Amino acid sequence: MKELFDFQALRMIWLREMIRTSRDRTQIAGSLARPILWLVVLGLGLGSAFPGFGRLPYTAFLFPGIIAMNLLYGSFLSAISIIWDREFGFLKEMLVAPISRSSIVLGKSASGATVACFQGSLVFLFLPLVGVSVPFWRLFLALPVMFLIAFPLTALGLWLASRMTSFEGFGTLANFVVMPMFFMSGAVFPLQSAPPALQWIGKVNPMTYGVDLLRGVFYGAHAHPALLSFSILFLFSAVATAGAVSAFSRRS
Amino acid sequence: MPPAVEVSHLVKKFGAVTAVDDLSFAVEAGELFGFLGPNGAGKSTTIHILCTLLSPTSGTASVAGFDCLKDPVEVRKSIGIIFQDPSLDERLTAWENLEFHGMIYHMPKSLRRRRMEEVLRFVELWERRHSVARTFSGGMKRRLEVARGLMHQPKVLFLDEPTIGLDPQTRHKIWALMSELRADQKTTFFMTTHSMEEAERCDRVAILDHGKLLALGRPADLVREAQAKNLEQVFLGVTGHDLRDGDASDQEISRGRVRKMRAWA
Repeated sequence: MKELFDFQALRMIWLREMIRTSRDRTQIAGSLARPILWLVVLGLGLGSAFPGFGRLPYTAFLFPGIIAMNLLYGSFLSAISIIWDREFGFLKEMLVAPISRSSIVLGKSASGATVACFQGSLVFLFLPLVGVSVPFWRLFLALPVMFLIAFPLTALGLWLASRMTSFEGFGTLANFVVMPMFFMSGAVFPLQSAPPALQWIGKVNPMTYGVDLLRGVFYGAHAHPALLSFSILFLFSAVATAGAVSAFSRRS
Repeated sequence: MPPAVEVSHLVKKFGAVTAVDDLSFAVEAGELFGFLGPNGAGKSTTIHILCTLLSPTSGTASVAGFDCLKDPVEVRKSIGIIFQDPSLDERLTAWENLEFHGMIYHMPKSLRRRRMEEVLRFVELWERRHSVARTFSGGMKRRLEVARGLMHQPKVLFLDEPTIGLDPQTRHKIWALMSELRADQKTTFFMTTHSMEEAERCDRVAILDHGKLLALGRPADLVREAQAKNLEQVFLGVTGHDLRDGDASDQEISRGRVRKMRAWA
């Protein structure tokens, strides 16, 4: 347990990520471009053809989904940076240090989730486009939920990255993991009225519960009980972290 | 006092390839030990086993009295490593690289700061401490890595070709630093090198090829016993004149990929 909560190691990994992120402005540009594209083009464009779902205009329906999308991208990009660390040797510096593999994974997941939450919160800037007024305090309530979504995503990203040998793999990951998790989460269309096959995929996708929780936080309306959603996200965190720790503990 | 490094019947296989083949030797505390061999002889593999990055197929390895397989964290506490390939975070400053190193070696803040200043002055990078490592020349990066490897005062310092690709000035400086350290501390140095001139300055050398130990002893003794003119002759005598196709290090392969990525970015 002492090794698992190696505070110095966690702090180092977290601080390092913050410094690196603050020196890299391109990620911020990306996390602003995505909501513009999706919310403006899809939300306003498609939204003008649709009345919306239930009592929510389409743009409002889409809004939490776009936050989830930034969380997905932010988490996975942060996780994938461990491949750069491997290619540029810095991972070795961490692997030969007297710290446990689990503290590397926890530190990376926490810092990746922090960066992702920041990117997710940039979407708040587009709130005036939504057409529904959301009380300010609800945004603060959204932050811990966003962290709970981003943490397991980063851990999952680390787990997958541990098996990847090059950065090009991110394209594959985006196509086969990020995009399906996004589209099958009820972020773009409600799963309840979807064909049964899609509904089933949506039910096993942990992102579904994250998006649903966010929608609940913003508009007070969710499709699943909040307790179930929280439980699933905690379970997802435990499984993804355990997977990533075991992947990084393997010595060939 | 246990030997600084002890390796007994060490074997490491990668699939059908045997990289280290029944290797046994010991390095005494305080020694400057040269680990020699042509490319692909198994030097880096052995170092990776010793610093707990790889596990042996069979046999045992221990560092500072701790078993590399059973007690990896204790081994890691006792060692410092200067890898063959660079391992700095080039987006961080020299200061930040050392600060983070001290944190993961659990050095309390006051000790950390004191050692950071000592080692930065030692390698003459104190004035450049707030520059991002990316802006450093190859020699400066190497010096920073040396500073980092020394910062937590390891019992055993592994140096995998520390002077490769450096200009004579930096090479000279690194040797001067090592001599200085050896004079007032009980650090054990375990280094690989292709320079026979450097190897002759070691207390003892091991010559390795195809994962097997071919010669072990003081450079002068080896030269005398083989009735050779110098260590280079001994080296060529035991390892032959055939050229080797050592594998490109992972780093070189992946660097190419990263460059390709950058072109797209």
